[in-house]
Amino acid sequence: MFSYTMRRLLIAVPVLIGVTFLNFFIIYLAPGDPADLYANPDLSEADKLQRREALGLNDPLLLQYVKWLGQLLTGNLGISFNSFQPVSQMLAERLGATLLLMGTALIIAYLIAIPLGIISAIRQYSWLDYVVSTGSFLGVSVPGFFLGLGVIYLFGVTLGVLPTGGMNTIGREGDFLDTLKHLVLPAFTLGASIAGGMVRYVRSSVIEVLNQDYLRTARAKGLPEWKVINKHTLKNALIPIITVAGMDIPMLIGGAVVTETVFQWSGMGQLTIQAILSRDYPVLMGINLVAAVAVLISNLWADLMYAFVDPRIKYN
Amino acid sequence: MRTVSWKERVDNNIPIREEMAGHEDNRHESYLKAVAKQFMKHKLAVAGLVLFVLLILMAAFAPLLAPYDPNMIQDEFSAPPSAQHWLGTDQVGRDVLSRLIYASRVSLSIGLGSVAIYVAIGTVVGAVAGYYGGKVDMIINRIMDIFMSFPYLMVILVLVTIIGPGLFNIVLVLGLLGWPAVARLVRGSVLSIKQTEYVKAAQALGLSKRQIIFQEIMPNAMGPLLVNATFGAATAILSESSLSFLGMGVQPPTASWGNMLTAAQSITTLQSEPWLWIPSGLMIVITVLVINFVGDGIRDALDPKRR
Repeated sequence: MFSYTMRRLLIAVPVLIGVTFLNFFIIYLAPGDPADLYANPDLSEADKLQRREALGLNDPLLLQYVKWLGQLLTGNLGISFNSFQPVSQMLAERLGATLLLMGTALIIAYLIAIPLGIISAIRQYSWLDYVVSTGSFLGVSVPGFFLGLGVIYLFGVTLGVLPTGGMNTIGREGDFLDTLKHLVLPAFTLGASIAGGMVRYVRSSVIEVLNQDYLRTARAKGLPEWKVINKHTLKNALIPIITVAGMDIPMLIGGAVVTETVFQWSGMGQLTIQAILSRDYPVLMGINLVAAVAVLISNLWADLMYAFVDPRIKYN
Repeated sequence: MRTVSWKERVDNNIPIREEMAGHEDNRHESYLKAVAKQFMKHKLAVAGLVLFVLLILMAAFAPLLAPYDPNMIQDEFSAPPSAQHWLGTDQVGRDVLSRLIYASRVSLSIGLGSVAIYVAIGTVVGAVAGYYGGKVDMIINRIMDIFMSFPYLMVILVLVTIIGPGLFNIVLVLGLLGWPAVARLVRGSVLSIKQTEYVKAAQALGLSKRQIIFQEIMPNAMGPLLVNATFGAATAILSESSLSFLGMGVQPPTASWGNMLTAAQSITTLQSEPWLWIPSGLMIVITVLVINFVGDGIRDALDPKRR
């Protein structure tokens, strides 16, 4: 197990280098000169050249990349072209908000998906299963921003019970209860949009266990049905469900960009859009790096959890 | 099929091969029939297929159906629904219904175009990885790992900003990024089919690797691929609508259901001009939903356990 973990970590290194290099290359190809963006339009050509030199934009691609990577190892992600703040500091400020949103959304998704998935699997082909399955299709078919606008319209505007956006009421920054109130709608929107796919996953996982021989054995020895379901089915069916969170991380990150924009939630998703609009390459690189690391870690975590909770799976 | 006794065959000089060939054809037809029959049992899938065909017709005949030119300013801006403008007019005075009808062209082209690109790439890459195995397989797998480690929407956003927004570029970006899932699927199918007797027979007969992959293996991997492509089209339409909503997709004045919703980011529009955003949002939901139902129907129909 330990050597497997170490090997997976070692494999992740070239993947990470590949991801960052591709990222760097794509952004390098980008048209538009960041030296133009925030400089005074009256700036002379010579001054501009100096600017570019200072920002390291005149170096060849590979050198720029190696420099960036070297800086990265010391924890330095560069300076934002836009706000002149260190990128690592900007990300650190935003990371908490995004993690709060994504974590709550994931919990909400589990709370919706696990009970519904189990019920529809146990009552397979009943009207209840039919309703849940159809509902889960609706869940994956509604775009996150439309759902977001819908709940803002309903709860924020029409009923007026919850705030329509932002993270805090003005003047109440740092008040956690106030933040929680602002969290309800975006977290529900993000959670519901991944719950649809999750329900189907839980359902098929439970059905698969229900078809196993050891359940027939359990029934044959006369165990009451509730015991068969609770003790023998759910325990085994939930194994793959724990690990599915790992696979949902990339979806959560993408969903967070949209959700944060709709709800003006000042997390990394909103920062992404701002960085794109202002061609803030160092910030974009930093965000993509954090996101790629998150995806790699969650994949690794899913694999390891799988091996850990299911002794039938052996890695070598 | 009439059974032919051995005696009868000898008496009438009926060749064995001919009967076998006829038998094969018959079985093939009955397989497709069985799949179609199973699909027809899935009521939502059938309803989805009907609606999907209607959507295609709407896109094809948009100029005949739309009451106005979708990009021309017709009347006062932000007018509520009326007899002249069934769904009202938008912020600059264009007819919302006409824009809604024309926007179906955008969504369907995205769905079909991007899926066609990535299924083509994914099939070739996956088949090569699965069939050749060894180092080729390992390298392709690592590349797929890199692609799958990208947070999908983020990379699309960055790419689109760089090569520029617009319908064609979005088809391209979604097509170029979507292939790893298909490649995984095809690779898996190829790996399992590779071991079957008939592929070994084809190898023994001296068929070239390309012939074996594309004539012997791929037809048997088509089922899961078709299901994946159907769901993929739905996902692509959703991605385009998100991009257009964020302002990085199809650009106005061209209408897309996603960019028609951008206006609703203002609370005033959201609250008092629902005709500007609810119809286009519903069109996205309906389109994606019917495609997903069709995909579910195909998956059920191809599943041997359900027949």
